[in-house]
Amino acid sequence: MGSFFRKLTRSQLAIPLFALLLLVVFNLFRDPEFFSVVIATNNDGNAVLSGNLISILNGASAIAILSIGMTLITSSCKGQDISVAAMAAIAGSVFVSVLRSNEITIPVILLAFLFGCVVSVLFSLFNGVLVAVFKIQPMIATLILFSAGRSIAYWINGGATPTVSSPLLVSIGGFIPGIPIPTPIIIMVVFLVLITLVLKLTNLGLYTQVVGINEGTAHLNGISPVLIKLIAFVISGICVATAGCITVCRIGLINHETLLLDAEMDVILAVAIGGNALSGGKFNIYGSIIGAYIIQALTVTLYAMKVPSAAVKAYKAIVIILIVVVSSPLVKEFVIKLNKKLFRKRAEKDVPVKAS
Amino acid sequence: MEKPGKKLREPISNTNLLMTITICTFIGMYLIAMIAWGGGFLNPQQFLDLFNNNAFLIIIACGLTMVMISGGIDISGGGVTALVTMACVVYLEDHGGTVLGSILMSLGIGLFFGLLHGVLVAYLEIQPFIVTLAGMFFARGMVTIVSIAPRTASHEAFLSLKQMRITIPGLGYYGKTGTFIPAQIELGVVIALIIVIAVAITLKWTRFGRNLYAVGGNSHSALTLGINVKRTKFFAYLLAGILSGIAGYVYLMHTGAGDAANATQAEMQAIASNIIGGTLLTGGVGNVIGTLFGMLSLKTITNIVIASGLTKPYYQSITTGLMLCFFILLQSIILAVREKGAIGVLPEWLRPGKKKN
Repeated sequence: MGSFFRKLTRSQLAIPLFALLLLVVFNLFRDPEFFSVVIATNNDGNAVLSGNLISILNGASAIAILSIGMTLITSSCKGQDISVAAMAAIAGSVFVSVLRSNEITIPVILLAFLFGCVVSVLFSLFNGVLVAVFKIQPMIATLILFSAGRSIAYWINGGATPTVSSPLLVSIGGFIPGIPIPTPIIIMVVFLVLITLVLKLTNLGLYTQVVGINEGTAHLNGISPVLIKLIAFVISGICVATAGCITVCRIGLINHETLLLDAEMDVILAVAIGGNALSGGKFNIYGSIIGAYIIQALTVTLYAMKVPSAAVKAYKAIVIILIVVVSSPLVKEFVIKLNKKLFRKRAEKDVPVKAS
Repeated sequence: MEKPGKKLREPISNTNLLMTITICTFIGMYLIAMIAWGGGFLNPQQFLDLFNNNAFLIIIACGLTMVMISGGIDISGGGVTALVTMACVVYLEDHGGTVLGSILMSLGIGLFFGLLHGVLVAYLEIQPFIVTLAGMFFARGMVTIVSIAPRTASHEAFLSLKQMRITIPGLGYYGKTGTFIPAQIELGVVIALIIVIAVAITLKWTRFGRNLYAVGGNSHSALTLGINVKRTKFFAYLLAGILSGIAGYVYLMHTGAGDAANATQAEMQAIASNIIGGTLLTGGVGNVIGTLFGMLSLKTITNIVIASGLTKPYYQSITTGLMLCFFILLQSIILAVREKGAIGVLPEWLRPGKKKN
């Protein structure tokens, strides 16, 4: 038990888990009913789960999916992609325009999703080529699509905010009849399982970290840094399309200006809160996902405390600063030193007792 | 094959090369615009309006240049600007404030954010992107806490300051009725230009400026040279914060209103100006004059897009994206070619410096 605890405190996940725990405890003290999950009947007459916990899990799914791709990019390219939200708007626009030109059936939805995927992977590869081949810093390379992406989405939509409505889309964005769990959560879990399998069964995780830690070494060992970086961008492109399509299904329309607005900042935060260094190298996908849930839990908590939605950002910022200060290397070092000091004192006290 | 006695020409540094490209591009672009579209581009007032409308952006970008040279990033500029405008308007209107008090307030807000970022980034070694992102969130959130509704200033002393214009002698244009209208600049432009010159002098001729380049270029060797890396970084963020505060006041002098939507995306435009001006995010390379011309190029492109009839806003951001793409690729290719030392491809002054014996 002691060794397990020591392992946990040394782990990268310690701080994010601790932050999540703190949020949970805070909410339990504030309102014991906060985490109660009840089965309610929604407008369509289905029995569904509802409650703050479900809305946290549900609301964070888009950011959690995006954070998977962002973690890989961060790890291999030592930088962040700030165009994910703009690309999600493009993918969503393609998704909607395919849906609107056909009758909405399951194959058409799959086809539309495939189109969205292809487009966002192409845009992501554009970023990837700039980063991997031309060796431009990721933040700068993606600044291009960050500033132009939403306008491209506007152009695809023809300047309007077209709506799509179909019971099938509602079941993707909301609930599948008969299953009480929101579909975005299920998609998120499927994604998580897929990425876990990819990382467990292939060397992708190892290679990505090697490229992030030392590109030269990777090259000498026969790993192509360019290829690994491009793979990270392709995976991120798929994540982006998925997140965009889920959000479109949830709200039933594509608004190129507000779709996943500021999500790139939340995603980068999720990666950082998850204990991953934004300067690349070692990464932990689960940390990033926990980070996404922390951000969403924080937002839901603030809404529950009746903080006006525009002011949520300010409180969020304070909590973020607290989390990064606690997890900063200097504070960690200080705690380790303090721990050693206390431990050594006890050891010194123990020695004379044994000698006598 | 140099003639004896002729001084060997100094090879141009990366900083100056990138800056020269930007300045040439800007001048070329403006000349083409003057010939192709004429009209507004021949009007000196339109040129000066580039400064009038973007004085705050110049100031934010100047602070950002210092931070970027030190190898960091500050994306809180727009948020701090918005917070300063709102706080000053509310102070002037609701609390009977004075102009001097509001100026001090803007400096104080900037100082607060600068101190916060500086301590967290330099002394606690937290990633600058996250710290300034939190700063941006905090500032944007605080704006709505101060006042959700947009406010307009009606304070008399402030309005007289706001309406102060400086006439440029000899420049002007003939209005529709044939009367001569002299070209004018706002007070904020003067402040912005003074700051550009001050930052340029700081970067070039002071110890702090040289330390910034050393720290950004290689912080380990800077440390072994005995440069106080942490203090240098701290002051870079502190100055960037104060400049954001001043930028907020200049913005207020331009529009006279406090609004949560003020200076939206100013941070990204400032970063883009810096990149076009030749400052590298990796640090160690950059120049504030380049930043100024980067900003002017960015805004001139927007004017050209509007002048050529593409008035829809999405054309502007797509062209901005394309222009960024062009400059980023150009920089990357030039730097890569220089590193490989492609002798014969480049003219002599573009080649990397040879080792002197």
